[in-house]
Amino acid sequence: MIEVDKVSYAYSSGTVALKEVSLKIQRGEFVAIMGENGAGKTTLIKHLNGLFKPTKGSVTIDDVDTRERSVAELSRKVGLVFQNPDHQLFSETVEEEIAFGLVNFGYDPETVKRRTVWALNLLDLKRYRDSSPFMLSGGERKRVALASVLAWNPEYIVLDEPTIGQDQMQKDRLRELIIQLNTQGRTVIIVSHDIEFVADCAPRVVLMSQGGIIADGPASTILTDYGKVLAASLVRPQITQLFQSLSDLGLSGNIIDLYEAERLLVELIKGDKL
Amino acid sequence: MRAFEGLRFRKVSSPIHRLDPRAKFIGSFIVFSVAVLFTELMPLIALFLLQVPIILAAKVVKQWLESLRGALFLSGMIFVMNLFVGYALLYSAAMSFRFLTLVASFSWFFLTTSPDDLGLALERSRVPYELCFAFTTAVRFVPVLADEAQTIIDAQRSRGLELDRGDILKRIRNYIPILIPLIVNAIRRSLELAEAMESRAFGSEAERTSLHVLEMRTFDYVFIILAVVLLFVALYVRFFIPFQWII
Ligand SMILES: Nc1ncnc2c1ncn2[C@@H]1O[C@H](COP(=O)(O)OP(=O)(O)O)[C@@H](O)[C@H]1O
Ligand SMILES: [Mg+2]
Repeated sequence: MIEVDKVSYAYSSGTVALKEVSLKIQRGEFVAIMGENGAGKTTLIKHLNGLFKPTKGSVTIDDVDTRERSVAELSRKVGLVFQNPDHQLFSETVEEEIAFGLVNFGYDPETVKRRTVWALNLLDLKRYRDSSPFMLSGGERKRVALASVLAWNPEYIVLDEPTIGQDQMQKDRLRELIIQLNTQGRTVIIVSHDIEFVADCAPRVVLMSQGGIIADGPASTILTDYGKVLAASLVRPQITQLFQSLSDLGLSGNIIDLYEAERLLVELIKGDKL
Repeated sequence: MRAFEGLRFRKVSSPIHRLDPRAKFIGSFIVFSVAVLFTELMPLIALFLLQVPIILAAKVVKQWLESLRGALFLSGMIFVMNLFVGYALLYSAAMSFRFLTLVASFSWFFLTTSPDDLGLALERSRVPYELCFAFTTAVRFVPVLADEAQTIIDAQRSRGLELDRGDILKRIRNYIPILIPLIVNAIRRSLELAEAMESRAFGSEAERTSLHVLEMRTFDYVFIILAVVLLFVALYVRFFIPFQWII
């Protein structure tokens, strides 16, 4: 379990990026952290593997205070994938890039090989195995970065803005992958602006604004709440907007799922005809 | 990285910030030269204290102290080294204090002069525009690069990299995963910048005009005159007052 307890954090420049943030995430949960630019999302997740230690309050991972462990020790459990892959890619080949973490953690050569191949396949990167990561497209570089962390199979997976620079097909695949990892028991935490993507995943949603948490609950409750969504500088999913503006027809106001929307509409139309 | 904070320009409204960059350069350069003239503690302390009013007027006390704190380590080294090779205590102290004075004069100049002003001043001194532009861009990108370096370090540590692990050779090698992305991104950014600039007609005309034009005002002349007076006083003390009178 991840327990963030009344955490405040100030950068050395004086900016207070987090103000008394408290958050509990159980094992096996799927959580999306959303909020405007500068809300403090990245600052918050950098606390989860100990890169940042709270100025005030505490962060514990499975009952261990992050102050008592090194970043390397914590990262083994909490895999953090940064927003911009260009802040980490450096190897000659994609394969070496993916093996980097495994080597750092001291896995034996046999395991390094096996896990690297596994991660290459998982993110559909096998054909780029011997390519230079610098030659790949933005979306592919992002997948290499993701593979390089998933490779050591961390129990908690934290992704900062994973959908940026991905086209719709890749987003769909990414969603399937995230849901697959989550069903296999991994705890997944994503930071995202992409409300349609989050609505499709339907996780628990934590809304942040100006360094604090302003709402926390299931996606269908949070993402359909006009006021809360607006307070985090987001707009409701399109399907929700449609259903809410058609509420006079007796349509439900907390729809985020396309299939359910379709079912309700078909019901309505058929009902009218009868 | 912290030491750079003490040189990083921030927009503040103060009479010193409004001074013409050329006046500030002359002032800072004269302080620098005078510091080099003396190897005695007293004049150096006087010179150091002379800069305090400038710092106060510029409202940059905190950043200035930060830069001095960054310099303190090197200053201490200089002190120890001088003692070690056999110089007197007073002389060693003067040498380390001289270093602090030099840093102090550098620091207030860079803290109160924006890279743009600096570029303008260079241009007015007939330095070719391309060079001025390269200089101001480089200065402006230093903080950007410092932030980026920090993010890269964070990203690699999240993949299990431990910078201070291993013997000396291993420790140097540990920096490869930091340096490569930093350099690759810097090159990529400079290529993008060049394209964006050319798209906006950079270099199409030989004669450029400026949005801001530098003009010397009374206060600028007063500042320069004070600095020149300081220089003459210092030269007088140096060459016409017997050594044993100065400590
Ligand atoms: N390295 C830094 N130094 C100083 N302030 C920072 C730094 N990184 C972020 N901030 C500030 O902290 C606040 C939160 O930033 P961040 O956590 O990156 O927000 P988000 O990821 O939600 O967009 C912002 O006001 C931002 O300007
Ligand atoms: Mg962010």
